[in-house]
Amino acid sequence: MTQTPDAPHDPRGHYLALMAQRRLYGGITLALFVLLMVSGFMLADERNAGGFWNGLPQVFDFPADVLADTLPKLAALPGHFVTYFPALVETINIAAVSTLLGAVAAIALSLLSTRGLARWPRLIPVFRRFMDILRAVPEIVVALVLIFVLGGGPVPAMLAIALHTAGALGKLFSEVNENADLKPVEGLSSVGASWLQSMWLGVVPQVSPNYFSYALLRFEINIRASAILGFVGAGGIGYELRNAMAWGKGRFDEAAAIFLLLFLTIVVFDQLSSHVRNAMISSKKGGH
Amino acid sequence: MADTALYASADRVFRRKRIVAFGLPAVILLYLGYIFFAFDLPGLAGRARWDNARTLLADTWSYKTHVTRDNRGGDVAVAIEGERKGSYPQGTAPDWVLPQDDGAVRVALSGGQEVLLLPGNGFRWEVPGFGLIEARLEGRKIVSNLPEEGLPDWISASPSRLQVTADGARVALTRSKTELFRYFPGWELFFFTLDSPYHGHGFGEILLGAQIDPARGNIAGAWQDFWHNPMWRHADVAWALFETLLMAFLGTMGAALVALPLAFLSARNFAPLMALRFGVRRAFDFLRGVDGLIWTIVLSRAFGPGPLTGALAILLTDTGSFGKLFSEALENVDGKQIEGVASTGARPIQRYRFGVIPQVVPVLVSQVLYFLESNTRSATIIGAITGGGIGLLLTQAMITQKDWEEVTYYIILVILMVMAMDSASGWLRRKLIKGL
Repeated sequence: MTQTPDAPHDPRGHYLALMAQRRLYGGITLALFVLLMVSGFMLADERNAGGFWNGLPQVFDFPADVLADTLPKLAALPGHFVTYFPALVETINIAAVSTLLGAVAAIALSLLSTRGLARWPRLIPVFRRFMDILRAVPEIVVALVLIFVLGGGPVPAMLAIALHTAGALGKLFSEVNENADLKPVEGLSSVGASWLQSMWLGVVPQVSPNYFSYALLRFEINIRASAILGFVGAGGIGYELRNAMAWGKGRFDEAAAIFLLLFLTIVVFDQLSSHVRNAMISSKKGGH
Repeated sequence: MADTALYASADRVFRRKRIVAFGLPAVILLYLGYIFFAFDLPGLAGRARWDNARTLLADTWSYKTHVTRDNRGGDVAVAIEGERKGSYPQGTAPDWVLPQDDGAVRVALSGGQEVLLLPGNGFRWEVPGFGLIEARLEGRKIVSNLPEEGLPDWISASPSRLQVTADGARVALTRSKTELFRYFPGWELFFFTLDSPYHGHGFGEILLGAQIDPARGNIAGAWQDFWHNPMWRHADVAWALFETLLMAFLGTMGAALVALPLAFLSARNFAPLMALRFGVRRAFDFLRGVDGLIWTIVLSRAFGPGPLTGALAILLTDTGSFGKLFSEALENVDGKQIEGVASTGARPIQRYRFGVIPQVVPVLVSQVLYFLESNTRSATIIGAITGGGIGLLLTQAMITQKDWEEVTYYIILVILMVMAMDSASGWLRRKLIKGL
């Protein structure tokens, strides 16, 4: 490297200048971000039916109403729990079946779209795009269309969530597959195993703990999704919640019972799945 | 002796494997069998409305033009989708609707068939392979040449309504009107409605051809008519998409900003106070456990429908999720870097800035970007519940149960939006994390 005589070698000054430049850029980015956030919130506030500052004092009005309706009828709460328990079971069933079906589809899709494992390597981009589309469609869209065709009930929600799950898990599974050891597959093919056999016996046993862990996480997400879909007419606890909300002020005790049930369910499954996943990780670490 | 023990243990392993290999599928099958009856799948065939599915599929790729004859005044109106916004101006009609001298209207259908709407409140239709159908309104009753019994399922007849459905067309005679519609492929009014001077002109003609509307330049005028198209409302749809993105952006970024300082309070290595840590963690669990659905309901009671409610609902739920993820990331930071910074005499705030933040930023940024993408989808769903953004338009179009081409259009837009966010966040993630 040559130095021109009129530009003396000054690493310190150069470093400081670079730092100043970096700080300037960082500052500009930060200012831009703050500006975006503030103007975004102001815009959203303007477009909202009720303003933020008008609504803020009322935030606790609805919870207060619910509490006021529930507290005098506390004795009826266990009864409500019993009444709505079947709806809760339906919501959990929707989540469980859709996770199961979605995961099975995701295993197939992910194996078909992983380099080195795919049955038809040329079709990898096709299967990837297909998963992208499955993932991009919000469940509510599929559910509403299916409700129109199949009528209300758990089946539209189940299918909608299963399709989305297939896309979402498929992507995660194919990332897992990329790290799978190919030697068992080679071994199996060398003794004449078909593609299905070499996948089932060579790949799936290696990756099934990771599959399981992701599927469990998805199950937790799907419980929330199935509650939301119930709210737009697909059965389960969400549907009951909408009906209970429609009773209006003075009858919110049933809504309170459903809120509690939903909250407890989500917390229980959240804790359960993180416990199981942690146990799996620690047993894996301890086992070797 | 050792061999027997080995065999025994091998047998045990095999037995366990056999139980897992056959037991697990059996349990799953049993569960699916239970679901089969719990979800009433056998009854599904009875409840399903396949005609709805057919309408839906037909509407997604085609549009229908209604020809309506008022049975009181005898006026004939032609309108696309039967909507006022799509109606042909008085005195004009597409070339397959031919008014006759005697007051009848001849409507040509595909395959050379034609229906004659008669002046005496009736119609005549020669259906190939079936015969001539003649019907007319006498007093308040519909009289036709059809037999009472044994009608095919594409004809439904009662004294107050007669409906004949054929390939790509349908005629319905009621007391008040005779209505005929015919399907055509495409979305006819997607770019311009019939009252726009640019309707029926191609892109090349508008861009390069002679001036069509004397008052306006071609490109400006065409853009104006397209953007404010009263049927497809492109301006409103674009705004709704922006509103959905706004909800996702504000919710995700706001949640990250709120969760970051709180995450320090709930990380084992930064918050020495057990009680505080426990409190903050339970707060995160609560925010997450209440779930977006309930937050949306509670907030929309206070703030009314709109994007702010959606943004706040996402913000609250994700504060819980981010809090948990961030505090886990903070617990995994390497203490040596902080010690190193501290050894240079850095004050606590500088220790955080230079010892901790650079370690956790890649994790945080990548999490935030993942959530941004998935929240675009959530914002669509929340919009459908609380009323805002593309979710609202979608549910509105679905509730009317007739604008399926609009539903298709919105679904395509939502998919494109989510996929665009997916690739944008992926691109940004690679860019930022490589740069750090």
